[in-house]
Amino acid sequence: MMISEITKQLWDNGILQLGVWETIYMTLLSTLFAYIIGLPLGVLLHVTSPGGIKPVKWLNAILGFIVNIFRSIPFIILMVAMLPVAKFTVGTSMGNKAMIVMLVIAAAPYVARMVESSLKEVPEGTVEAAQAMGTPTFTLITKVLIPESKPSLITGAVISMVTILGYSAMAGTIGGTGLGQIAVSWGYQRSHSDVIWICVLLTIVIVQIIQEIGTRIARATDKRIKQ
Amino acid sequence: MIELKNLTKTFRVPAGELVALRDINLTVNDGEIFGIIGLSGAGKSTLVRCINLLERPDCGEVLIDGKNLLTMKEKELLETRRSIGMIFQGFCLLEQRTVIGNICFPLEIAGVKKQEAKARAEELLSLVGLTEKAKAYPSQLSGGQKQRVAIARALATRPKYLLCDEATSALDPTTTNSILALLQEINRTLGVTIVVITHEMDVIDRICHRVAVIDKSEIQEIGEVSDVFTSPKSEIAKELILPSVKAVGQIKGGKKLRLVFDGESAFLPVVSDLVLDCRVPVNILAAETKEIDGKAFGQILLGLPDDDRMCARAEAWLQTNRITYFEEA
Repeated sequence: MMISEITKQLWDNGILQLGVWETIYMTLLSTLFAYIIGLPLGVLLHVTSPGGIKPVKWLNAILGFIVNIFRSIPFIILMVAMLPVAKFTVGTSMGNKAMIVMLVIAAAPYVARMVESSLKEVPEGTVEAAQAMGTPTFTLITKVLIPESKPSLITGAVISMVTILGYSAMAGTIGGTGLGQIAVSWGYQRSHSDVIWICVLLTIVIVQIIQEIGTRIARATDKRIKQ
Repeated sequence: MIELKNLTKTFRVPAGELVALRDINLTVNDGEIFGIIGLSGAGKSTLVRCINLLERPDCGEVLIDGKNLLTMKEKELLETRRSIGMIFQGFCLLEQRTVIGNICFPLEIAGVKKQEAKARAEELLSLVGLTEKAKAYPSQLSGGQKQRVAIARALATRPKYLLCDEATSALDPTTTNSILALLQEINRTLGVTIVVITHEMDVIDRICHRVAVIDKSEIQEIGEVSDVFTSPKSEIAKELILPSVKAVGQIKGGKKLRLVFDGESAFLPVVSDLVLDCRVPVNILAAETKEIDGKAFGQILLGLPDDDRMCARAEAWLQTNRITYFEEA
């Protein structure tokens, strides 16, 4: 495959580099906000579940229902449907600010389920032992559940981040920027397949780096592995 | 003092309701090591978990030093739990914390200052003999070491009571012995009242003062270990104490006599004397002798020949030598 003139121009004008930066920036920021919402939500889902440390049947059912609704709508549809929410929260339904809002709405329920499944990995006995010592519920979450599931939470965060990166590319079709937008508007719409492939390649590199760093951190923090 | 009054606990299972505990009444006195023995599924684990309300009984009373845990507010219950340590079969340590971090955990919860907590934790580590493992993580320890850490952690807040839920069941015999010796030492030197849940009669023999035998969700028998051991009344106690004897009950032949040693005569060479004096050939079908509280206890099941005169001679000999015996069916 030939590298066309347009690819060279995209590189020389710094458009590709900017695309990489914007993709990373959108992904990181969206992941951060998705965790600000998703982490407490996931904890709540776990704690209030039947057999959890403070079972609240109705709350668990409602939260689970909401999370499932958002999780079952395809992202591209959810994004369009949530444009008014972006307009309401950040004042615009265009550009990266609006895209981040949409990404967070889509990713937070996903993150919540990720967190819930990580917390489930903490053995029941460990939680019980702490309860037997007279640990209050909130302390149980902050000092037992979260620290004990830390490696799994980190692994989950990496998976979430990669998913959000994928979503951010889709945001390129409705007014976001980044590698997705470059691939769509320069590659697909102007029929330069090499631009598409360059964007794919760059995305793969970013994902690999995120995965590698995440795995290393998770491994370094896990004290269950014998040194 | 721990008092359980009319405790009943039912679990909902897909097949309907499962009664785990039925009208349990028992008292654990201060300073004693109290054993609760039963086969798996008997309800003993549920019972011990009711003592600190990890499991909430449906009805009845759980009194710790006269205070009913079931009517306590959340905060008061959490504080009471700090006076009841607990150890488990699976150790249940915090895997992401070091040994010292694990022992400090209950102190953090109780709001003890960091420096103070660390000093206390080090003191406990030396008590359980693991000073050099302070910085290790649980994954780097053996089962016995993990249980020692769990014991140190359970004792951190200076509890009056220690509950042991099958604490030695995951350990090999040698390690079991060392853990039991440690529990005994804790009872003797710190005066901690210990409740031991087990399915092994051996554990009861070795360290307990009193024992409750639980089967089919009910307490079948309760008493001093030496009494229950020498004259078990309930079927389940007999089964737990002399499993081997039950098996040989099928053997055909002459009379079978069960000789009981009550702590006075076990070490006399009774059987050989009997054989030499009466010239009766006997068959030892089963024997189990143990040392409890420094005294010898035990039972020997003898098979006598199918000869009435020989049997009469042997029984007469036993009577003159004041040896307690029962005729087995």
